[in-house]
Amino acid sequence: MKRKNPFDLSFSLLTAAASATVLLLMAGIFIILVKESSLSIEKFGIYKFITTVDWDPVKEIFGAATSIYGTFVTTLIAMLIAIPTAIGIAIFVTEAAPNFLKGPIGSAIELLAAIPSIIYGMWGLFTLAPLMSRYIEPSLQKAFGDVPVLNILFQGTPMGIDILTASLILSIMIIPFTASISRDSFNLTPAVVKESAYAMGATKWEVIKNIVLPYSKLGVFGGIALSLGRALGETMAVAFVLGNKHHITASLLDPASTITVTLANEFTEADTDLYLSSLFYLALVLFILSFVVLAVAKFFLLRAERRYSR
Amino acid sequence: MTRLKILAALISCLIFYAVPSAASENLNGAGASFPAPVYQSWAYDYNKATGIRINYQSIGSGGGQRQIVNRTVDFGASDDPLKPEQLKKDNLIQFPAVIGGVVAVVNIAGVKEGELRLDADTLSKIFLGEIKTWDDSRIKTLNPKTALPAKPITVVHRSDGSGTTAIFTNYLTSVSADWKSKVGEGKAVKWPVGIGGKGNEGVANYVRQTPNSIGYVEFAYAKQNKLAFTQLKNRAGSFVNPGFDSFEDAADTGDFDPKKDFYTWLNNTPGKNSWPIAGATFILLAKDKTAQSAKAAKFFEWAFKNGDAKAKELVYVPLPKSLKDKIRLYWKLNSIQ
Repeated sequence: MKRKNPFDLSFSLLTAAASATVLLLMAGIFIILVKESSLSIEKFGIYKFITTVDWDPVKEIFGAATSIYGTFVTTLIAMLIAIPTAIGIAIFVTEAAPNFLKGPIGSAIELLAAIPSIIYGMWGLFTLAPLMSRYIEPSLQKAFGDVPVLNILFQGTPMGIDILTASLILSIMIIPFTASISRDSFNLTPAVVKESAYAMGATKWEVIKNIVLPYSKLGVFGGIALSLGRALGETMAVAFVLGNKHHITASLLDPASTITVTLANEFTEADTDLYLSSLFYLALVLFILSFVVLAVAKFFLLRAERRYSR
Repeated sequence: MTRLKILAALISCLIFYAVPSAASENLNGAGASFPAPVYQSWAYDYNKATGIRINYQSIGSGGGQRQIVNRTVDFGASDDPLKPEQLKKDNLIQFPAVIGGVVAVVNIAGVKEGELRLDADTLSKIFLGEIKTWDDSRIKTLNPKTALPAKPITVVHRSDGSGTTAIFTNYLTSVSADWKSKVGEGKAVKWPVGIGGKGNEGVANYVRQTPNSIGYVEFAYAKQNKLAFTQLKNRAGSFVNPGFDSFEDAADTGDFDPKKDFYTWLNNTPGKNSWPIAGATFILLAKDKTAQSAKAAKFFEWAFKNGDAKAKELVYVPLPKSLKDKIRLYWKLNSIQ
């Protein structure tokens, strides 16, 4: 074995220490969350906490079901809106747009990603919510009011402060992430392959469908996973327009609450030990939830990578 | 070597920050956000007058209580009073600093401020979700002359825990047995109906934007946002408008007792002109840290003497003179000052 240059050695130790802090931080956060929530874990257990729909600080009954439901529903709807839009943007920018448009649109997407979430929240509250309650939601009710099953989704008074508005804001916030990462991976498609396809007589659509999309599937998944993480954890923008109500509802025009919103709302004034501990427990649930969701996303990513490299 | 120079600069920076600056003339307080504007503006004037700096962090009443219990601040501030037993346990004393009123605000087309009349029964039933539309007969009998729409009522409440909610739910609990058994009182409760806005400004905004809504905010926010507040029927049976007069009347007739460390709610006070939903916001001092507590008391003594005009300018109700004298005596009794 060759002796290492001492400078090299210390440098590698330094970088190792830097990356160890990540693991230490993760473990530290996890341990603190478990420790702080132990009171609530003891009182409610795991299954009961997750399935209880009550969140009653006066009677000290705390359950995470409503917050978990709100988190999932808003994230799901946001992803449903955001993914097709984002991929559409990416395809347009890389394949369809004239050259002079590519630069400006690309920078615009990146700028959109840089806007702080509180600004989205304020815009949502002052601009989007009134528009939703005055025009969009009443017309949705008119359109689907007589359709069985679908009309359940649009019950209630349209107030603009509800699951639909929150999901819309959330989707606008995550579009830039998915779009810019998808665009970058589309750009990585070797020009030779594309040109060969065109030479074989493939149309633009066929090239996109059969060459670009399969080639860059991985990157697109990565972008989706990233924005999923952001959507799960987004707080301020959602807190402004979600209405903050602890209940489970089928209507998209009803207010709801997510885990992060509950934490942001109730942390400062949680006056009893059990209340505070339950909020920590909620944070722990979110921590594990995000961990699992991102791990699953990563797993699919790795599987796709393996299949692709074969 | 520039790199060495940068390193040296960095290290000197670290050392500079590690050594605490002499903080003898500083006073740190933390707590309730509702009175933060008036405390901060008093602190500004106090600093100009005496050179003593008061740092007040508006972190919420819960945080203020926790920090003074742990003795990490010199004074804590809380919108809800602590019970005397609790104070004894943590070796604290407590006194009110300013008074605020909570008002119901509505957004009904054509209804002006101070026009709609409600009483304890209708208000609690609206917030329980039992009265569902504005043209309900129970509201109509109180308002025979006002045109009320046959539209569903949207209730707006606070989504974050807050002293305002504590005052409001304490009032509803004291006037409605139904509310007491179904919801109860606290800084955050399980609301039967409605949407939640974050902070007074959040509720004010939702009410302004949502037609046919009703919410509750601190009086100052109703004023600033030009929201239509309602009249309420008080314990004496008369309908009153919110304002300095009716809040002061509530403070005058409130049951502030130094023996109970001023523990009281100003809800449903018996005065003829009293606004029924009000509350004082309180200061907590540590008994064992006499020097710092005396300094804090001195600051509030100065504010009681010189700060009334400023408080009114910011739409807070200053304490009545008789109550200020009681507090001075209370300080003396607890050998502070």
